[in-house]
Amino acid sequence: MSAELTLGEHDFAAPERVQDEAPQSRRPLPIGVLTILGVLALWWGITATGLIQPLFLPSPQAVLAKLWLVSTKGYMDATLWQHLGASGLRIVTALLAAVLLAVPVGVAIGLSRVARGVLDPLIELYRPIPPLAYLPLVVIWFGIGELSKVLLIYLAIFAPIAIATATGVRNVDQTRIRAALSFGATRWQLIRHVILPSALPDILTGIRIGLGTGWSTLVAAELVAATRGLGFMVQSAAQFLVTDVVVLGILVIALIAFALELGLRALQRRLIPWQGRA
Amino acid sequence: MTAAHAAQLIVDRVSVRYPGTAHAALHDVSLTIQPESLVVALGPSGCGKTTLLNLVAGFIKPTSGHITLDGQPVDGPGAERGVVFQDDALLPWLNVLDNVAFGLQLRGLDRREREVRARQVLQQVDLQGYAGRRVWELSGGMRQRVGLARALAADPRVLLMDEPFGALDAFIREQMQELLLRIWRETGKRILLITHDIEEAVFLATDLVLMSPGPGRIVERLSLDFGQRYAAGESARSIKSDPQFIATREHVLARVFAHRQPHTSGA
Repeated sequence: MSAELTLGEHDFAAPERVQDEAPQSRRPLPIGVLTILGVLALWWGITATGLIQPLFLPSPQAVLAKLWLVSTKGYMDATLWQHLGASGLRIVTALLAAVLLAVPVGVAIGLSRVARGVLDPLIELYRPIPPLAYLPLVVIWFGIGELSKVLLIYLAIFAPIAIATATGVRNVDQTRIRAALSFGATRWQLIRHVILPSALPDILTGIRIGLGTGWSTLVAAELVAATRGLGFMVQSAAQFLVTDVVVLGILVIALIAFALELGLRALQRRLIPWQGRA
Repeated sequence: MTAAHAAQLIVDRVSVRYPGTAHAALHDVSLTIQPESLVVALGPSGCGKTTLLNLVAGFIKPTSGHITLDGQPVDGPGAERGVVFQDDALLPWLNVLDNVAFGLQLRGLDRREREVRARQVLQQVDLQGYAGRRVWELSGGMRQRVGLARALAADPRVLLMDEPFGALDAFIREQMQELLLRIWRETGKRILLITHDIEEAVFLATDLVLMSPGPGRIVERLSLDFGQRYAAGESARSIKSDPQFIATREHVLARVFAHRQPHTSGA
């Protein structure tokens, strides 16, 4: 089960050009909302019967009350917003670093046989390893500071973006390249004006997938001597059996991941409106 | 715009053989494109006409032979040879104006300068009202006009067109042929156009080059004047119903079929 979970977390489907925004399946929202309401009702119903102790499953009201308490008074010397801020800063730093490095690496892999031969095996080797497995090594090498936490998330984001970029670069329409060449484009102009924009849909898909895996690595990253962060909050609450904070933390993590996903999909629609039409 | 009468595009005894193929894609092909001529290479698929265009564009190199443009050897793609592609090859993240100005942008012209030029060319292809439109919202014919405008904007010395109207429906195709003849007359550009449409070839060409496969070679050359007659003001309908036009078309048709089925008697 745990092996399956780990696999699932880092499963990385080859980034096909996304077709999931097909017009007919554009708004599955009402049904989705109903599903969530159903789960909430079930949760409330089960806890209202009193059959399950709050230690195992606190009621929705209790979690809501805890949300108020943690966001105003705080938990473990920090409010929910401070935990959120700490985690957010880590993920944003890791994401920026990953985009800055993975896109050029992906372009190199996509364009050059040599770069592909050197870099591709390295990425493919480390990518399937669960971050928890190499976490000890990262700590031994880089200590227990912020660097190790960001590095762990960064590694999780880097591979999907690099691989997606390489795929996008390899699939660039050859006539577009020839068109640019026929205007006397230099190699750099080709990359800047044709290859990167052509690969943008794939790069964005890579970022979407990378951000998903990065966010799910957060808890592992905050195992390392953290004093703030959503992952840290959940773990320390678990140690003291404060189940309502655990549930609260999980819900906040899920909500933010969901918001990120929606935001990136909106960004895709905005940046590449020609997707599927040209 | 081109300097002297020596200005010619010369394809000199060029052969191309792809590794692992039985026949040469092109065998000993020679061709001269004079100033203000519109050369059409016509032939069935596999006759090497696209290879010929790719050679002149510089996308591929000949196995033997030479290509020179106005005395300079062709060894790679260059802005002095504008290319119009069969599937427009426009950039969907740029609007119509920026697509047309793309070649000028690569050349390093500043924004104002290239937009003035791009608007001018858009007017030439009757798309003046479409500068701000997204290219993926346009019809196939309009996209092809944007592709033509993009090639013209860079003011190339010769225009190379690879089955530019092949994907358009018959009505739009005729409009585009007439537009091309008008632009050819206005700009005086040399044009090399590839097609498999016999009527299109006979209508447009000043020099019609008939090609045949296995190995790809030139089997006949015709000098025609129907395009010039259209450029001089005669209507397309009157030209295409002229018995001389019909006779030429039937002759070319017979030649194409004769070479297409060399082993079938009575074809």
